[in-house]
Amino acid sequence: MDELLSEFLTETSESVSELDVELVQLEQNPNDQGLLSNIFRLVHTIKGTCGFLGLPRLEAVAHASENVLGKIRDGNLEVTPDAVTLILESFDRIKWLLSSLEENEVEPEGDDQDLIDRLNHVADGGALDDVAAPAAVAEPEPEPEVEQPAPPRPGEVSLEELERAFMEAPGPEDVASDEPEAEAEAADAAPAEEAVEPDPAPPAPKTEVAVSAPQGVAKQPEQEKQVRESAVANQTIRVNVDLLENLMTMVSELVLTRNQLMQISRNEKDSEFTVPLQRLSQVTSELQEGVMKTRMQPIGNAWSKLPRLVRDLSIDLNKKIDLQMLGADTELDRQVLELIKDPLTHMVRNSADHGIEDGPSRVAAGKSDMGTITLNAYHEGGHIIIEIKDDGKGLDPEKIKAKAIANGLVAESEADALSEQQIHQFIMRAGFSTAAQVTSVSGRGVGMDVVRTNIEKIGGTIELKSTFGKGSTFIIKIPLTLAIVSALIVESGGERFAIPQLSVVELVRASSNSEHKIEEVHGTPVLRLRNRLLPLVSLKRMLRLDESEQETPQETFIVVLQVGTYSVGIMVDRVFDTEEIVVKPVAPILRNITLFSGNTILGDGSVIMILDPNGIAAASGELKMVDEEGKDTARHLTHQSDVSSLLLFRAGGKSPKAVPLALVARLEEIDLATVEYSEGRPLVQYRGQLMPLIAMEEELKLEAEGRQPVLVFTDNERSMGLIVDQIVDIVEDRINIEVRPDAPWLMGSAVIAGKATEIIDAGFYLTQAYGDWFGAAEGDSKEPTAPRRVLLVDDSAFFRNLIKPLLSVAGYDVTTVNHAEAALELCENGAEFDAIISDIEMPGIDGFELTRRLREIARWEDTPIIALSSHTGPRDLDRGREVGFTDYIAKLDRDALLETLAQTIDA
Amino acid sequence: MSDLPATQSTGHSVVALGELKQFVSIMIGKQLFGIPVLQVHDVLGPQRITRIPLSPKEVAGSLNLRGRIVTAIDIRSRLNMPPHDGEHEGMSVVVEDQGELYSLMVDSVGEVLSLDEAKFEQHPATLDGNIREVSTGIYRLDKSLLVVFDVRALLRFQGEEAA
Repeated sequence: MDELLSEFLTETSESVSELDVELVQLEQNPNDQGLLSNIFRLVHTIKGTCGFLGLPRLEAVAHASENVLGKIRDGNLEVTPDAVTLILESFDRIKWLLSSLEENEVEPEGDDQDLIDRLNHVADGGALDDVAAPAAVAEPEPEPEVEQPAPPRPGEVSLEELERAFMEAPGPEDVASDEPEAEAEAADAAPAEEAVEPDPAPPAPKTEVAVSAPQGVAKQPEQEKQVRESAVANQTIRVNVDLLENLMTMVSELVLTRNQLMQISRNEKDSEFTVPLQRLSQVTSELQEGVMKTRMQPIGNAWSKLPRLVRDLSIDLNKKIDLQMLGADTELDRQVLELIKDPLTHMVRNSADHGIEDGPSRVAAGKSDMGTITLNAYHEGGHIIIEIKDDGKGLDPEKIKAKAIANGLVAESEADALSEQQIHQFIMRAGFSTAAQVTSVSGRGVGMDVVRTNIEKIGGTIELKSTFGKGSTFIIKIPLTLAIVSALIVESGGERFAIPQLSVVELVRASSNSEHKIEEVHGTPVLRLRNRLLPLVSLKRMLRLDESEQETPQETFIVVLQVGTYSVGIMVDRVFDTEEIVVKPVAPILRNITLFSGNTILGDGSVIMILDPNGIAAASGELKMVDEEGKDTARHLTHQSDVSSLLLFRAGGKSPKAVPLALVARLEEIDLATVEYSEGRPLVQYRGQLMPLIAMEEELKLEAEGRQPVLVFTDNERSMGLIVDQIVDIVEDRINIEVRPDAPWLMGSAVIAGKATEIIDAGFYLTQAYGDWFGAAEGDSKEPTAPRRVLLVDDSAFFRNLIKPLLSVAGYDVTTVNHAEAALELCENGAEFDAIISDIEMPGIDGFELTRRLREIARWEDTPIIALSSHTGPRDLDRGREVGFTDYIAKLDRDALLETLAQTIDA
Repeated sequence: MSDLPATQSTGHSVVALGELKQFVSIMIGKQLFGIPVLQVHDVLGPQRITRIPLSPKEVAGSLNLRGRIVTAIDIRSRLNMPPHDGEHEGMSVVVEDQGELYSLMVDSVGEVLSLDEAKFEQHPATLDGNIREVSTGIYRLDKSLLVVFDVRALLRFQGEEAA
């Protein structure tokens, strides 16, 4: 079954069950506004979702009952048992439609006009009897007679009678059971209800209506099923992720204890514990496997949005691209899955944009005009391998080399000595893109390094193979799970440490008389390994275990680590076994030590620190661009979601400055000799255009020669270079603006990487460049190249999942939150959005209230806020306008949403 | 152990008027300290401790307490006192702070004392800053003075991130 559909079925079945209960509660407390608005919201969501999925019949029923509920909510209609009965009946119909949908994956034939008519009639303020009477005349059924005595005198209804009523009228059993109850309340003297029912006679025809209605559409047999719970909903239960995480932790502990016991038993041969221990060991392994499975999800889940993405891209780029996905059912830990989703999307996008050539070029190169991107996932050892392969033009080593030299990543003299593999590696460095044009799709030069960083964060590696003219393959190797890893135990300076096995490539024993010998270059140890020089670091020295200078001992073990494509050898004193370990985060006091990713308890009960290969690589002098904060995997996972990448740089003044990385088109280093002046303002020729250079400080004098780092911001076809003194780093951090100054170029100050940092407003410099230089603000009207930031507030996960990719594909930078409180918090704490899209019906603060509150904050006074709702009556529109919504859009109208968004943002 | 005021047990509390509070008594050098008993998780004898390279000097290492990893804090180092001389093995008091366990390494651990709140005082203004910043005040005992540790302050030292 379509995943979207089955998700919808599960969600809606849950909602409907909830509705049944809540509606009955509402009947008992007609004045409970909270309850009412929740019911309304649930029905509203069902309706909206049906509309999105193209289920007209369900939508019509939900819509009609929503109307009735809307009237009740607005106080135009009393909560009467009749109205409730009717609404419950519509829910039964929805259930029946759902079950049929589940069986056949299509809505059943027929329509629900009779039900809808009655619902509409009630919504229009008509009494039920009016419709009921003719219906009764039209269908004089004998069955209702059985029940007839019951409703008017509910107190006397015996259980047997009710039971019989149930048996005899299977369809409307809800009606039968609800009615007496409701009537009982009415009898308890509720004046409002009496007003509707001045005459005790009506109950009879009413009952008939209920009975005749289903028959009128002639689906009595199916009705039996209708009330049964959805089978899909029954086969699976939703379990809180926290519970699973907890289980996983417990099992991890069990595995550790098992290992401990096994170690003891190994020392004591022929113990009577041996056999039960083996059994325990086996059960533990199976349990571990089982629990791991609960967290496993097919990788296809992370791929599900890719076909659409590729399709849209191929249209945008005018290329023919075929996306093949193999091994979509390969399972991996959901935590890992979440983390690789974005990198994968990015890489597929890259392949489509950079990799695959357009049709004519492909034909000219002797390939079919249809490009192919292949995704392949499979298990290998304890790892998952994901390959992303395209048969495009491959990487051009010369172009990359030239670019690397231009960007100052490598000196020209060194570049010639680089192997092809090393050259390819440059594309994973920050600020690198070989796309000649920055397209809306990719080519910002800030992509692959983020992909690499993300993959390395979860202990994975990424490898690249490319043949110029033939295509490229990215190979991602990630651990199955983050919870249990296998680690190599080594000793250095009398202490033992664990090194994650994934990063260990090989072990080399070096001694003065063996073939492998440690040599020194100016005091730096290196090792000749297969005709290459491997840089070495002494673990002892790095950890300052032994301050005394020592001679290199006779025999040393070298653990060769691979981090990305950077290899480094770690000198240790001894190498022990490998062990399965559970990575536990270190105490808060120790979290700033980047060389450790965690700690664990070994089989013998001792505590051991786990070395972080990334940290070691960084400490050994490479990979400076990897952010220092993200070393500790266990810690990092907890607040992965709400951080953003920032580019740190220095320019004038003492404090470091930052700009969101997403805004920077690329990082350039310009040769100051090429700077020309026009009207006394510096500019350079850049990609065939003149690019104005703007300095952070007005009076800045450029040197006559040398190189100057520049941040390039691009809008439409124009670029602007912001002159900076030094590009410091790329960090991932929360932007929490704490001080808001008056300077127009400053968004505010925030603590980033432990230092007070000024976050600059790139927009200010852009307008400065354009206003002064091009003499017009017309540049604003065209499609933006820098991503616009959009905040999406919707309580339904379903809609968030639908709308977010829609907006992302359209080039927006989307942040989603699931309730208005979170949105307010974001907005109050300095998050920047160009537009806000909000649902109306939400628990807690609703969309109206959210907008009203936002409009009270000066900063959000003019930000476009778009209401997204399937409830677009004129009354709602008015109310929306009143509280300050910029526009009001139907939830199901994708095109209108995009169009309005583009218009309002640029307005 | 001999210099612990063993007389300060329950008998005394009967006549007290103020509220009683219980403390685990600790000796470091010649000074008596106390930690509120409710904050104490465990009292441990000598333990095998794994050193943690590059850690702040106050961190002695980490140890395994029934499957949980506990960070050991060297209180002498924390108070800028010289390390204990001789072969003395020392004891530890395990406390919990914000969900993390810490083992405070001290010279010796005595019994639990019930102390009358009326005998509690702010520390004198002249008290050594090292001790003042990690304690909440002082109890006047019959023969000696007991400095009450502020566990959170004790664990707040250089190198710790704001939790």
